[in-house]
Amino acid sequence: MRRPTLVRPHLVLGSPLQLLLLAASFALAGYAGVRLLAGDWFQVALWFVGAALVHDLVLLPLYAAADRAVTGALGAVRRREWIPYVRVPAALSGLLLLVWFPLISGRVDERYRLVSGLSADGFLARWLLITAVLFGGSALLLVLRLRRATKQRPPAAH
Amino acid sequence: MSAFRHELRGVFGRAAAYRRTMRDQRLPSSPGFWRSPLRGPRFTAVFGVVLLVGITLLFVTGLLSYAAYNPDLSPVNDQTPDKGLLGFYLFSWPTDPHWLYRLTQGVHVTLGLTLIPVLLAKLWSVVPRLFALPPARSVAHALERISLILLVGGALFQFTTGVLNVQVDYVFPGSFYTLHFYGAWVFFAAFVVHAALKFPTAVRNLRGLRAEEGDLVPPRPAEPTVSRRGAFGLVSGASLLMFVTTAGRSFDGPLRETAVLAPRGGPQPGSGPGGFQINKTAAYAGIDRRETSDEAWRLVVTGRFGVVRLSRDELLGLPLHSAALPIACVEGWSTSDQWWRGVRLRDLAALVGHDEPTDVLVESLQRHGAFRHAAMRANQVADPRSLLALDVNGEPLTLDHGYPARIIVPAAPGVLNTKWVTRMTFGDL
Repeated sequence: MRRPTLVRPHLVLGSPLQLLLLAASFALAGYAGVRLLAGDWFQVALWFVGAALVHDLVLLPLYAAADRAVTGALGAVRRREWIPYVRVPAALSGLLLLVWFPLISGRVDERYRLVSGLSADGFLARWLLITAVLFGGSALLLVLRLRRATKQRPPAAH
Repeated sequence: MSAFRHELRGVFGRAAAYRRTMRDQRLPSSPGFWRSPLRGPRFTAVFGVVLLVGITLLFVTGLLSYAAYNPDLSPVNDQTPDKGLLGFYLFSWPTDPHWLYRLTQGVHVTLGLTLIPVLLAKLWSVVPRLFALPPARSVAHALERISLILLVGGALFQFTTGVLNVQVDYVFPGSFYTLHFYGAWVFFAAFVVHAALKFPTAVRNLRGLRAEEGDLVPPRPAEPTVSRRGAFGLVSGASLLMFVTTAGRSFDGPLRETAVLAPRGGPQPGSGPGGFQINKTAAYAGIDRRETSDEAWRLVVTGRFGVVRLSRDELLGLPLHSAALPIACVEGWSTSDQWWRGVRLRDLAALVGHDEPTDVLVESLQRHGAFRHAAMRANQVADPRSLLALDVNGEPLTLDHGYPARIIVPAAPGVLNTKWVTRMTFGDL
């Protein structure tokens, strides 16, 4: 005989250990959080929550959609085995652009030059060169693979 | 009666609508929306364990960097005076080994950059859970989901502020030191509880003790376009790419040229004895060349015996000593050892009546900037390699490296090695 009145509170609360851990975590986060928010609290909170939202609702859907477009297009022309040869260089090049965007885009050129005494030119050029090498190398690998596949095909197939 | 029936219809209607929502695979709240056959608990567990180790190391090296500034020594070193208990672990930063800060901060920044692909992959692997319905199954589950905001928001906040700061892109709302230090504690609070709750599951998943099942496994997987092995290869390759294009900025010589996209990678600023990395140029610090001339510049040293004023020539007449020490910046770059020559800090202390080790407050000609003053602790002053440097690599300092005189102390963060020194006050701080 089940007695829902006794079972129910347990189901609703969840594990007591988990609750304790979470309470301790929130207390520490709160202690640091009031200090984090002591300045321009709205902007800081916006950055904190915004970072997660921009990643989850903008960046991730964008690159997933781009990936889907590539896989879909290559699938439509029956070239699914080409997918990695596009995906890998695009992902690596995109990662470098994402991380080094301030330098590549030139938006911090003047400050970088003034602070470090170094030229800020060339980040865009180097990123483009790396991108060219990545896609070029990928294309070369694909060509080699296709040639090998052609050679290995039995003559009867012709 | 009809009211009751109406109510009942309402309940069933809502339940049916809920089931429809679950079935509507156009919505991300439906498990069927997520098609990638890569996703699954084992896939996520691999990234989780890498991040557990990596982020723990980031946190520890970050705390060490905070301690390296000796924030409890003097208000001028302390960018976060309200730290309260968060400074509980602070200790006197040592001077040995002389490459200590170069190592800890190099690891902090280079490892952080290397972990970016792993973090992105981890977040991608669990994104279906962001949209999962019902929002909460229990109070604990609801709190855990709120905690995930701190975890994901915190991770991205820390990585973003770090990545922007090393590129001198100060768009974040406040001082980097404040944001990155308190942000780290908020993030770490959520990180520890997440690790504690998930680690046992992750280990079971990795050992393959459990079947690959659960909410992360897509119910109607798409045809694979890459194997899991291939996906791990891509993420590892991306991390390797970040590493090899960044790590070189911790060394001079040809290695620096390999850091092709990282700030402070590539060619040195100029050539010759002063041709190594400059933290802040004289132009950026607003140094007026006239103030550094032999006629105008005097070092004012204050201590127990009163005040001594010394010209650069008079300093060169004092016993000079050499030390091979690097410049290591909070931004993660560093130089190899440079050969500095100058007057020992402890000799200057003795000059004004401090034969026992004592602290020193150093002031620069620099008029603005958080670190135009810096304090050094007695153990740093006492080290025979701690100098008020006048020459570097056999030539007088260049203006960008702090002419007429600068501090250089083993293992101290670069920004505490004050340039264009104009005043030194010895005594307990």
